[in-house]
Amino acid sequence: MDSNHKGLIGRIRSLGWGFAAMLFIAGVLFWGGFNTAMEWTNREEFCISCHEMKDNVYQEYRNTIHASNRSGVRATCPDCHVPKEWGPKMIRKIQASNEVLHKVLGTIDTPEKFNAKRLELAKHEWDRMKKTDSRECRNCHNFGSFDYAEQGRRSSKMHQTGLNEGKTCIDCHKGIAHSLPEVEQAIGSPKEGATPEEFHPETPKPEAPKADKG
Amino acid sequence: MNKPTFKSTRLRAAALALTLSAALGQAFLAPADAFAAGEPAVKLMTLRGVDVQASDPEGDGTRYGRDQAPLPRDFVQQPPLIPHTIKGYTVTKNFNKCLDCHAWARAKETGATKISVTHFKTREGEELSSVSPRRYFCNQCHVPQSDAKPLVGNSFKPGTGMR
Repeated sequence: MDSNHKGLIGRIRSLGWGFAAMLFIAGVLFWGGFNTAMEWTNREEFCISCHEMKDNVYQEYRNTIHASNRSGVRATCPDCHVPKEWGPKMIRKIQASNEVLHKVLGTIDTPEKFNAKRLELAKHEWDRMKKTDSRECRNCHNFGSFDYAEQGRRSSKMHQTGLNEGKTCIDCHKGIAHSLPEVEQAIGSPKEGATPEEFHPETPKPEAPKADKG
Repeated sequence: MNKPTFKSTRLRAAALALTLSAALGQAFLAPADAFAAGEPAVKLMTLRGVDVQASDPEGDGTRYGRDQAPLPRDFVQQPPLIPHTIKGYTVTKNFNKCLDCHAWARAKETGATKISVTHFKTREGEELSSVSPRRYFCNQCHVPQSDAKPLVGNSFKPGTGMR
Protein backbone atom coordinates (compact mmCIF):
# COMPACT_ATOMS: atom_id res chain seq x y z
CA MET A 1 0.00 0.00 0.00
CA ASP A 2 1.20 3.51 -0.85
CA SER A 3 2.25 5.15 2.40
CA ASN A 4 1.07 8.61 1.14
CA HIS A 5 -2.46 7.37 0.52
CA LYS A 6 -3.27 5.30 3.53
CA GLY A 7 -6.72 3.85 3.75
CA LEU A 8 -8.81 4.14 6.90
CA ILE A 9 -7.35 0.89 8.21
CA GLY A 10 -3.85 2.28 7.54
CA ARG A 11 -4.54 5.51 9.39
CA ILE A 12 -5.95 3.65 12.39
CA ARG A 13 -2.98 1.28 12.33
CA SER A 14 -0.60 4.24 12.44
CA LEU A 15 -2.44 5.60 15.51
CA GLY A 16 -2.30 2.25 17.16
CA TRP A 17 -5.00 -0.36 17.63
CA GLY A 18 -5.27 0.53 21.32
CA PHE A 19 -6.32 4.07 20.48
CA ALA A 20 -8.87 2.80 17.98
CA ALA A 21 -10.36 0.45 20.55
CA MET A 22 -10.63 3.34 23.05
CA LEU A 23 -12.35 5.46 20.43
CA PHE A 24 -14.84 2.69 19.75
CA ILE A 25 -15.59 2.16 23.44
CA ALA A 26 -15.99 5.92 23.95
CA GLY A 27 -18.45 5.95 21.06
CA VAL A 28 -20.46 3.10 22.55
CA LEU A 29 -20.56 4.83 25.94
CA PHE A 30 -21.55 8.16 24.42
CA TRP A 31 -24.29 6.61 22.35
CA GLY A 32 -25.50 4.50 25.27
CA GLY A 33 -25.57 7.55 27.54
CA PHE A 34 -27.34 9.69 24.98
CA ASN A 35 -29.92 7.03 24.26
CA THR A 36 -30.53 6.29 27.95
CA ALA A 37 -31.02 9.98 28.68
CA MET A 38 -33.43 10.34 25.78
CA GLU A 39 -35.41 7.25 26.69
CA TRP A 40 -35.57 8.56 30.26
CA THR A 41 -37.67 11.42 28.89
CA ASN A 42 -39.83 8.91 27.02
CA ARG A 43 -41.68 7.59 30.04
CA GLU A 44 -45.12 8.31 31.44
CA GLU A 45 -43.50 9.16 34.81
CA PHE A 46 -41.42 11.84 33.11
CA CYS A 47 -44.40 13.30 31.25
CA ILE A 48 -46.56 13.63 34.35
CA SER A 49 -43.76 15.03 36.48
CA CYS A 50 -45.07 18.39 35.18
CA HIS A 51 -48.38 19.39 36.73
CA GLU A 52 -49.54 20.73 33.36
CA MET A 53 -49.68 17.16 32.10
CA LYS A 54 -50.57 15.46 35.38
CA ASP A 55 -53.57 17.65 36.26
CA ASN A 56 -55.09 18.06 32.81
CA VAL A 57 -54.47 15.55 30.04
CA TYR A 58 -53.37 12.68 32.29
CA GLN A 59 -56.57 12.81 34.37
CA GLU A 60 -58.64 12.70 31.18
CA TYR A 61 -56.64 9.76 29.86
CA ARG A 62 -56.94 7.65 33.03
CA ASN A 63 -60.51 6.51 32.29
CA THR A 64 -59.92 5.64 28.66
CA ILE A 65 -59.28 2.23 27.17
CA HIS A 66 -55.63 3.05 26.50
CA ALA A 67 -55.01 3.50 30.23
CA SER A 68 -57.21 0.83 31.77
CA ASN A 69 -58.67 -2.25 30.16
CA ARG A 70 -59.37 -5.93 30.82
CA SER A 71 -55.94 -7.24 29.78
CA GLY A 72 -53.79 -4.43 31.17
CA VAL A 73 -51.93 -3.69 27.94
CA ARG A 74 -51.46 0.07 27.92
CA ALA A 75 -50.45 2.80 25.54
CA THR A 76 -48.69 5.44 27.62
CA CYS A 77 -48.01 9.07 26.63
CA PRO A 78 -44.91 8.49 24.43
CA ASP A 79 -46.51 5.54 22.62
CA CYS A 80 -48.87 7.97 20.91
CA HIS A 81 -47.03 11.28 21.13
CA VAL A 82 -43.42 10.31 20.30
CA PRO A 83 -42.55 8.47 17.06
CA LYS A 84 -40.81 5.12 17.45
CA GLU A 85 -38.41 5.48 14.48
CA TRP A 86 -35.13 7.20 15.25
CA GLY A 87 -35.27 10.04 12.70
CA PRO A 88 -38.85 11.22 13.37
CA LYS A 89 -38.21 10.73 17.09
CA MET A 90 -35.19 13.10 16.97
CA ILE A 91 -37.22 15.70 15.06
CA ARG A 92 -40.10 15.48 17.56
CA LYS A 93 -37.70 15.70 20.50
CA ILE A 94 -36.10 18.82 19.06
CA GLN A 95 -39.55 20.36 18.50
CA ALA A 96 -40.32 19.54 22.13
CA SER A 97 -37.76 22.13 23.23
CA ASN A 98 -40.52 24.64 22.40
CA GLU A 99 -42.68 22.86 24.98
CA VAL A 100 -39.90 23.32 27.55
CA LEU A 101 -39.91 27.05 26.75
CA HIS A 102 -43.66 27.26 27.34
CA LYS A 103 -43.28 25.28 30.57
CA VAL A 104 -40.88 28.01 31.74
CA LEU A 105 -43.20 30.77 30.50
CA GLY A 106 -46.16 29.11 32.26
CA THR A 107 -48.33 29.26 29.12
CA ILE A 108 -50.69 26.52 30.29
CA ASP A 109 -49.98 26.38 34.00
CA THR A 110 -53.62 26.58 35.12
CA PRO A 111 -56.63 24.53 33.96
CA GLU A 112 -58.20 27.76 32.62
CA LYS A 113 -55.15 28.60 30.54
CA PHE A 114 -54.95 25.01 29.36
CA ASN A 115 -58.59 24.90 28.30
CA ALA A 116 -58.21 28.21 26.47
CA LYS A 117 -55.41 26.57 24.46
CA ARG A 118 -57.07 23.17 24.10
CA LEU A 119 -58.36 23.70 20.56
CA GLU A 120 -54.99 24.88 19.26
CA LEU A 121 -53.06 22.08 20.96
CA ALA A 122 -55.53 19.45 19.80
CA LYS A 123 -55.26 20.72 16.22
CA HIS A 124 -51.48 20.34 16.37
CA GLU A 125 -51.84 16.68 17.26
CA TRP A 126 -54.60 16.07 14.68
CA ASP A 127 -52.37 17.62 12.00
CA ARG A 128 -49.31 15.66 13.08
CA MET A 129 -51.25 12.38 13.00
CA LYS A 130 -52.84 13.22 9.65
CA LYS A 131 -49.46 13.98 8.05
CA THR A 132 -48.01 10.62 9.05
CA ASP A 133 -51.11 8.55 8.23
CA SER A 134 -51.60 8.09 12.00
CA ARG A 135 -48.22 6.38 12.33
CA GLU A 136 -48.30 6.14 16.12
CA CYS A 137 -51.72 4.44 16.05
CA ARG A 138 -50.47 1.99 13.47
CA ASN A 139 -47.49 1.01 15.63
CA CYS A 140 -50.02 -1.21 17.43
CA HIS A 141 -53.19 -1.19 15.32
CA ASN A 142 -52.38 -2.81 12.01
CA PHE A 143 -55.53 -2.57 9.94
CA GLY A 144 -54.18 -5.19 7.56
CA SER A 145 -54.80 -7.56 10.46
CA PHE A 146 -58.34 -6.41 11.25
CA ASP A 147 -60.80 -9.29 11.61
CA TYR A 148 -63.99 -7.59 10.49
CA ALA A 149 -66.10 -10.54 11.63
CA GLU A 150 -64.93 -9.89 15.21
CA GLN A 151 -65.66 -6.18 15.02
CA GLY A 152 -69.06 -4.76 15.86
CA ARG A 153 -71.69 -4.01 13.24
CA ARG A 154 -70.83 -0.32 13.22
CA SER A 155 -67.04 -0.49 13.40
CA SER A 156 -66.81 -3.20 10.76
CA LYS A 157 -68.78 -1.10 8.26
CA MET A 158 -67.08 2.20 9.05
CA HIS A 159 -63.57 0.73 8.99
CA GLN A 160 -64.05 -0.90 5.61
CA THR A 161 -65.62 2.12 3.90
CA GLY A 162 -63.27 4.59 5.60
CA LEU A 163 -60.06 2.75 4.83
CA ASN A 164 -61.14 2.13 1.21
CA GLU A 165 -61.70 5.88 0.84
CA GLY A 166 -58.14 6.47 2.02
CA LYS A 167 -59.04 7.74 5.45
CA THR A 168 -56.62 7.48 8.35
CA CYS A 169 -57.32 6.71 12.02
CA ILE A 170 -57.30 10.32 13.24
CA ASP A 171 -59.92 11.35 10.65
CA CYS A 172 -62.55 9.73 12.88
CA HIS A 173 -60.83 8.77 16.15
CA LYS A 174 -60.36 12.18 17.74
CA GLY A 175 -60.60 12.68 21.48
CA ILE A 176 -60.09 8.97 22.25
CA ALA A 177 -57.62 9.59 25.08
CA HIS A 178 -58.31 13.20 26.10
CA SER A 179 -61.34 15.46 26.31
CA LEU A 180 -62.19 17.28 23.11
CA PRO A 181 -62.15 21.03 22.57
CA GLU A 182 -65.40 22.69 21.55
CA VAL A 183 -66.76 21.19 18.34
CA GLU A 184 -69.48 22.83 16.26
CA GLN A 185 -72.33 20.31 16.00
CA ALA A 186 -75.33 22.52 15.17
CA ILE A 187 -76.89 22.33 18.60
CA GLY A 188 -78.26 25.59 19.96
CA SER A 189 -76.09 28.66 19.39
CA PRO A 190 -72.94 28.28 17.25
CA LYS A 191 -69.69 27.24 18.97
CA GLU A 192 -66.31 28.87 18.51
CA GLY A 193 -64.32 25.64 18.40
CA ALA A 194 -63.45 23.14 15.70
CA THR A 195 -65.60 23.41 12.57
CA PRO A 196 -67.32 20.31 11.13
CA GLU A 197 -64.79 20.39 8.26
CA GLU A 198 -61.88 20.34 10.70
CA PHE A 199 -63.42 17.64 12.84
CA HIS A 200 -64.39 15.36 9.96
CA PRO A 201 -62.05 16.34 7.11
CA GLU A 202 -63.19 15.48 3.60
CA THR A 203 -61.01 12.83 2.02
CA PRO A 204 -60.41 13.52 -1.68
CA LYS A 205 -61.92 10.65 -3.63
CA PRO A 206 -59.28 8.54 -5.39
CA GLU A 207 -59.22 9.05 -9.20
CA ALA A 208 -59.70 5.43 -10.07
CA PRO A 209 -60.89 2.68 -7.73
CA LYS A 210 -57.93 1.02 -6.05
CA ALA A 211 -56.92 -2.45 -7.12
CA ASP A 212 -58.45 -5.05 -4.84
CA LYS A 213 -55.86 -6.08 -2.30
CA GLY A 214 -57.87 -9.15 -1.32
CA MET B 1 -61.72 5.65 58.94
CA ASN B 2 -64.52 5.36 61.49
CA LYS B 3 -67.87 4.58 60.04
CA PRO B 4 -70.69 6.50 61.68
CA THR B 5 -72.75 3.95 63.61
CA PHE B 6 -75.77 4.15 65.87
CA LYS B 7 -75.46 3.38 69.55
CA SER B 8 -79.06 2.42 70.14
CA THR B 9 -82.36 1.66 68.48
CA ARG B 10 -83.82 4.73 70.11
CA LEU B 11 -81.18 6.95 68.56
CA ARG B 12 -81.73 5.32 65.20
CA ALA B 13 -85.42 6.04 65.44
CA ALA B 14 -84.60 9.61 66.37
CA ALA B 15 -82.25 9.90 63.40
CA LEU B 16 -84.93 8.54 61.12
CA ALA B 17 -87.36 11.07 62.48
CA LEU B 18 -84.78 13.78 61.85
CA THR B 19 -84.27 12.64 58.28
CA LEU B 20 -87.98 12.57 57.58
CA SER B 21 -88.68 15.86 59.23
CA ALA B 22 -85.71 17.53 57.56
CA ALA B 23 -86.98 16.28 54.25
CA LEU B 24 -90.32 17.89 55.00
CA GLY B 25 -88.63 21.12 55.96
CA GLN B 26 -89.80 20.72 59.54
CA ALA B 27 -86.52 20.18 61.32
CA PHE B 28 -87.84 21.94 64.44
CA LEU B 29 -89.89 18.83 65.20
CA ALA B 30 -86.75 16.71 65.69
CA PRO B 31 -86.04 15.45 69.20
CA ALA B 32 -83.25 17.40 70.81
CA ASP B 33 -81.27 14.29 71.85
CA ALA B 34 -80.43 13.58 68.21
CA PHE B 35 -78.03 16.50 68.47
CA ALA B 36 -76.06 15.00 71.37
CA ALA B 37 -72.44 16.12 71.10
CA GLY B 38 -70.15 13.87 69.03
CA GLU B 39 -72.95 11.60 67.83
CA PRO B 40 -73.53 11.38 64.11
CA ALA B 41 -77.13 12.35 63.52
CA VAL B 42 -77.76 10.68 60.16
CA LYS B 43 -76.15 7.71 58.51
CA LEU B 44 -75.22 8.83 55.05
CA MET B 45 -75.61 6.20 52.37
CA THR B 46 -75.35 6.16 48.61
CA LEU B 47 -78.31 5.03 46.53
CA ARG B 48 -76.50 1.70 46.21
CA GLY B 49 -76.65 1.23 49.95
CA VAL B 50 -73.00 1.70 50.92
CA ASP B 51 -71.08 4.31 52.86
CA VAL B 52 -70.67 7.50 50.83
CA GLN B 53 -66.88 7.29 50.92
CA ALA B 54 -66.65 3.57 50.15
CA SER B 55 -66.17 2.46 46.60
CA ASP B 56 -69.20 1.25 44.69
CA PRO B 57 -70.19 -2.39 45.27
CA GLU B 58 -68.95 -4.85 42.67
CA GLY B 59 -71.15 -5.11 39.61
CA ASP B 60 -73.38 -8.16 39.32
CA GLY B 61 -71.67 -9.23 36.10
CA THR B 62 -74.30 -7.95 33.71
CA ARG B 63 -72.96 -6.87 30.36
CA TYR B 64 -74.06 -4.52 27.66
CA GLY B 65 -74.67 -6.45 24.47
CA ARG B 66 -72.79 -6.15 21.23
CA ASP B 67 -74.15 -4.02 18.42
CA GLN B 68 -77.64 -4.98 17.35
CA ALA B 69 -80.15 -3.79 14.80
CA PRO B 70 -82.58 -1.14 16.13
CA LEU B 71 -84.79 -2.58 18.88
CA PRO B 72 -88.60 -2.62 18.68
CA ARG B 73 -90.58 -0.12 20.74
CA ASP B 74 -93.18 -1.20 23.28
CA PHE B 75 -95.34 1.89 23.68
CA VAL B 76 -96.18 4.81 21.47
CA GLN B 77 -94.14 7.58 23.07
CA GLN B 78 -91.17 5.35 23.98
CA PRO B 79 -87.81 6.96 23.27
CA PRO B 80 -86.00 4.48 21.01
CA LEU B 81 -83.52 2.24 22.87
CA ILE B 82 -79.80 2.35 22.14
CA PRO B 83 -78.93 -0.92 20.37
CA HIS B 84 -75.18 -0.67 21.00
CA THR B 85 -72.73 -0.14 23.85
CA ILE B 86 -72.03 3.46 24.81
CA LYS B 87 -68.95 2.82 26.93
CA GLY B 88 -66.62 5.80 26.79
CA TYR B 89 -69.12 7.92 24.87
CA THR B 90 -69.05 11.25 26.57
CA VAL B 91 -71.49 14.12 26.36
CA THR B 92 -69.71 17.23 27.59
CA LYS B 93 -70.17 20.96 27.23
CA ASN B 94 -67.75 20.86 24.32
CA PHE B 95 -68.84 17.76 22.46
CA ASN B 96 -71.75 15.35 22.17
CA LYS B 97 -70.55 11.92 21.09
CA CYS B 98 -74.05 10.65 20.24
CA LEU B 99 -74.66 13.44 17.74
CA ASP B 100 -71.31 12.73 16.11
CA CYS B 101 -73.24 9.95 14.31
CA HIS B 102 -76.94 10.64 14.91
CA ALA B 103 -76.98 14.30 13.79
CA TRP B 104 -78.62 14.84 10.42
CA ALA B 105 -75.32 16.02 8.94
CA ARG B 106 -73.56 12.81 10.03
CA ALA B 107 -76.23 10.11 9.71
CA LYS B 108 -75.79 9.42 6.01
CA GLU B 109 -72.08 8.70 6.32
CA THR B 110 -72.36 6.66 9.52
CA GLY B 111 -75.58 4.80 8.78
CA ALA B 112 -77.02 5.86 12.14
CA THR B 113 -80.65 6.72 12.80
CA LYS B 114 -81.23 10.47 12.42
CA ILE B 115 -82.52 12.17 15.54
CA SER B 116 -86.21 12.98 15.42
CA VAL B 117 -87.39 16.37 14.14
CA THR B 118 -89.21 16.75 17.46
CA HIS B 119 -85.73 17.49 18.87
CA PHE B 120 -85.59 20.74 16.92
CA LYS B 121 -88.43 22.28 18.93
CA THR B 122 -88.10 24.48 21.98
CA ARG B 123 -90.23 23.92 25.06
CA GLU B 124 -92.60 26.62 23.78
CA GLY B 125 -93.04 24.72 20.52
CA GLU B 126 -90.95 27.10 18.44
CA GLU B 127 -89.22 25.32 15.55
CA LEU B 128 -85.44 25.87 15.38
CA SER B 129 -83.09 25.29 12.46
CA SER B 130 -80.76 23.20 14.64
CA VAL B 131 -81.10 20.81 17.57
CA SER B 132 -82.70 22.37 20.62
CA PRO B 133 -80.28 22.58 23.55
CA ARG B 134 -82.92 21.06 25.84
CA ARG B 135 -82.38 17.77 23.96
CA TYR B 136 -78.62 17.79 24.58
CA PHE B 137 -78.42 15.01 27.18
CA CYS B 138 -79.45 11.98 25.14
CA ASN B 139 -79.22 9.51 28.05
CA GLN B 140 -81.98 11.27 29.93
CA CYS B 141 -84.39 9.36 27.69
CA HIS B 142 -82.41 6.97 25.49
CA VAL B 143 -80.74 4.04 27.25
CA PRO B 144 -78.77 0.97 26.21
CA GLN B 145 -79.88 -2.52 27.28
CA SER B 146 -77.94 -5.03 29.39
CA ASP B 147 -78.53 -8.72 29.98
CA ALA B 148 -79.68 -8.05 33.58
CA LYS B 149 -82.63 -10.11 34.85
CA PRO B 150 -85.77 -8.02 35.55
CA LEU B 151 -85.98 -7.16 39.27
CA VAL B 152 -89.74 -7.78 39.36
CA GLY B 153 -92.08 -9.66 37.09
CA ASN B 154 -94.54 -7.77 34.93
CA SER B 155 -97.27 -8.60 32.49
CA PHE B 156 -96.94 -5.52 30.29
CA LYS B 157 -97.99 -6.05 26.70
CA PRO B 158 -96.82 -3.69 23.95
CA GLY B 159 -99.49 -1.35 22.58
CA THR B 160 -101.77 -2.85 19.94
CA GLY B 161 -100.18 -0.90 17.12
CA MET B 162 -96.64 -1.67 18.31
CA ARG B 163 -96.76 -5.49 18.33
